[in-house]
Amino acid sequence: MDHLEQLEAEAIHIIREVAAELEKPVLLFSGGKDSIVLLHLARKAFRPGDIPFPVMHVDTGHNFPEVIDFRDRVVPDVLVASVQESIDRGRVRDEPSRNQLQTTTLLDAISEHGFDAAFGGARRDEERSRAKERVFSFRDDFGQWDPRRQRPELWDLYNGRVRRGEHVRVFPLSNWTELDVWEYIRVEALELPPIYFAHSRPVFERDGMLYAVSDFLPLRDGEEPFEESVRYRTVGDMTCTGAVRSRAATFDAVVAEIAATRITERGETRADDRVSEAAMEDRKRVGYF
Amino acid sequence: MLRVATAGSVDDGKSTLIGRLLHDSKSLMADEIGTAADLARLTDGLRAEREQGITIDVAYRHFATPRRRFVLHDCPGHAQYTRNMATGASTADIALVLVDARRGMTEQSRRHLAIAALLGVPGVTVLVNKMDLVGYEEERFDAVVREVIDWSARLGLQDVAFIPVSALHGDNVVERSSAMPWYGGESLLEHLEAAPAGNGAADGPARLPIQYVIRNGDERWYAGRLAGGTLEIGDELLVLPSGTRTRVRAFEHGGDTAAAPRSIAVALTDELDVGRGDLLARPAEAPEPVRELSATVCWLGDEPARPGARYLIKHTTRSVPAKLDAIEHRLDVTTLEHEPADELELNALGRVRFRLGHELVPDPYDQLRATGAFIVVDETTNDTVGAGMVA
Repeated sequence: MDHLEQLEAEAIHIIREVAAELEKPVLLFSGGKDSIVLLHLARKAFRPGDIPFPVMHVDTGHNFPEVIDFRDRVVPDVLVASVQESIDRGRVRDEPSRNQLQTTTLLDAISEHGFDAAFGGARRDEERSRAKERVFSFRDDFGQWDPRRQRPELWDLYNGRVRRGEHVRVFPLSNWTELDVWEYIRVEALELPPIYFAHSRPVFERDGMLYAVSDFLPLRDGEEPFEESVRYRTVGDMTCTGAVRSRAATFDAVVAEIAATRITERGETRADDRVSEAAMEDRKRVGYF
Repeated sequence: MLRVATAGSVDDGKSTLIGRLLHDSKSLMADEIGTAADLARLTDGLRAEREQGITIDVAYRHFATPRRRFVLHDCPGHAQYTRNMATGASTADIALVLVDARRGMTEQSRRHLAIAALLGVPGVTVLVNKMDLVGYEEERFDAVVREVIDWSARLGLQDVAFIPVSALHGDNVVERSSAMPWYGGESLLEHLEAAPAGNGAADGPARLPIQYVIRNGDERWYAGRLAGGTLEIGDELLVLPSGTRTRVRAFEHGGDTAAAPRSIAVALTDELDVGRGDLLARPAEAPEPVRELSATVCWLGDEPARPGARYLIKHTTRSVPAKLDAIEHRLDVTTLEHEPADELELNALGRVRFRLGHELVPDPYDQLRATGAFIVVDETTNDTVGAGMVA
């Protein structure tokens, strides 16, 4: 078996364990490449039957329209947990970046639906605190992650036992790298939202990153929009996801650029992780993806 | 893909070694590289670790060379060492054990080698580190090698490999060192690129623990990950523990065969009551169902294991109630002596006997890790409190 086959076998095993041992799982889908691979693996895990759990998108309302179109086409029966609704109901106060607000919407949705497991597409190579997280990551009834009290995880024997109100976050792609994800997408011929490939769009520069011009991100004094050929390496909110200058319009060209890059995907394109050295760890502790 | 567990305490220079390996193999991204003095800090993922200068948990780092993909399981050498190393070693293809060339074998090195041996890691490589501090002398290296070989022989470890390195200066880490012309062998990275991967599970007897039943109309497909061996269409199988016989009718992926460790779904020729927790194996090589389990356990819980206590044992896809009948002895991993024990505390290893509420169908751990391993769960807290290896 090559390494992609090994990673696939491991991920399918994890997904089936959750379906067998937990009462009410949900798969979190963002429309990004990792969740596209995750959804594909889940479909593969239960063939020739159907996936025995729903797919949910936490929608900030600040998404790329191309990604929402893609979502509605690929997962027509997707459950949507809306940050806008959380704001309208007074659960949270709106902020220029809704990235942090997603946590409340996500935890509310988990508790309203009674989900006891939530699959995510996070990978250990993304970020340092992720490198220490278990495949089955236990959350207490406040949705909190306690990195110092994680359950030991040996062999492929996962412990997903939870009490009412608690849940596990499960990461079947834990051992995949960014390049593994791209290679797998190629081998399995998976479709991606078009923004992963080079395209021309109006952008402006802020704090060394290129942002798409949009209604969600008003220009500040001195910021001049210009047309540039760009692609996205990660897909988050339009307010915190930066583009990279690129002319790589085909799959092979994108993979070649990623293989040659010397910057991590989060360091290059995610403003939410540039806040502090422990930005991701802090968000994870309170229940972020 | 090769999974590599690294063991060694802070003083052995393990973090520096990993930093060096990632740095010199050009596996680090620009935004991950600090100054050279930060090499040792690269695997500290959590705030408390950076603040206190310690490593708390097993970290999984990924890197690749043009020849191979690697996963490093970095096991901290601090408190709770046994628990962390057992975790990192349980899925490793190879264990790297660091020994300080100046000090030679310590209690810690004996413990690291013993755990690698108990967990059945297929390959063990000893890195004699800090060779720069002993003048790169061959005699010093040879003396450490002799010490390690004596101990490994007692552990039953065979084919231990040795590499003299200086993690700080990079000697024999990625590039072969010119400072030790007497050493004719591979650098660590060359060694890892050539090391055999996998555990040879595909060559052994076929074992398919059923994870999940997929219903598609009237059809039933039995899904699971092959823990060992190879299955073919037409193979006669026993359903364990019930003992009914059937045959493989089809594979969902469409082929005629499937080999471990692939995740598959099979259709059977007979309509049977087969479900999660059942094991499929060929009649001639089927394991025996048991109601008692003799095993070596590594205790992971804060609350010690005591005879009479009730737990849940998860073995492959089957979970059964279990009662700890007896602690036969505690194993001192630094002397290999068997001590009488009333309880096994956190990080202790020992031989125990469980009585089971339902049958399990295990293999001895030293024959097949995937069907010889189990975890012990405390049902009152839901914590994983023990890791077991069937004797």
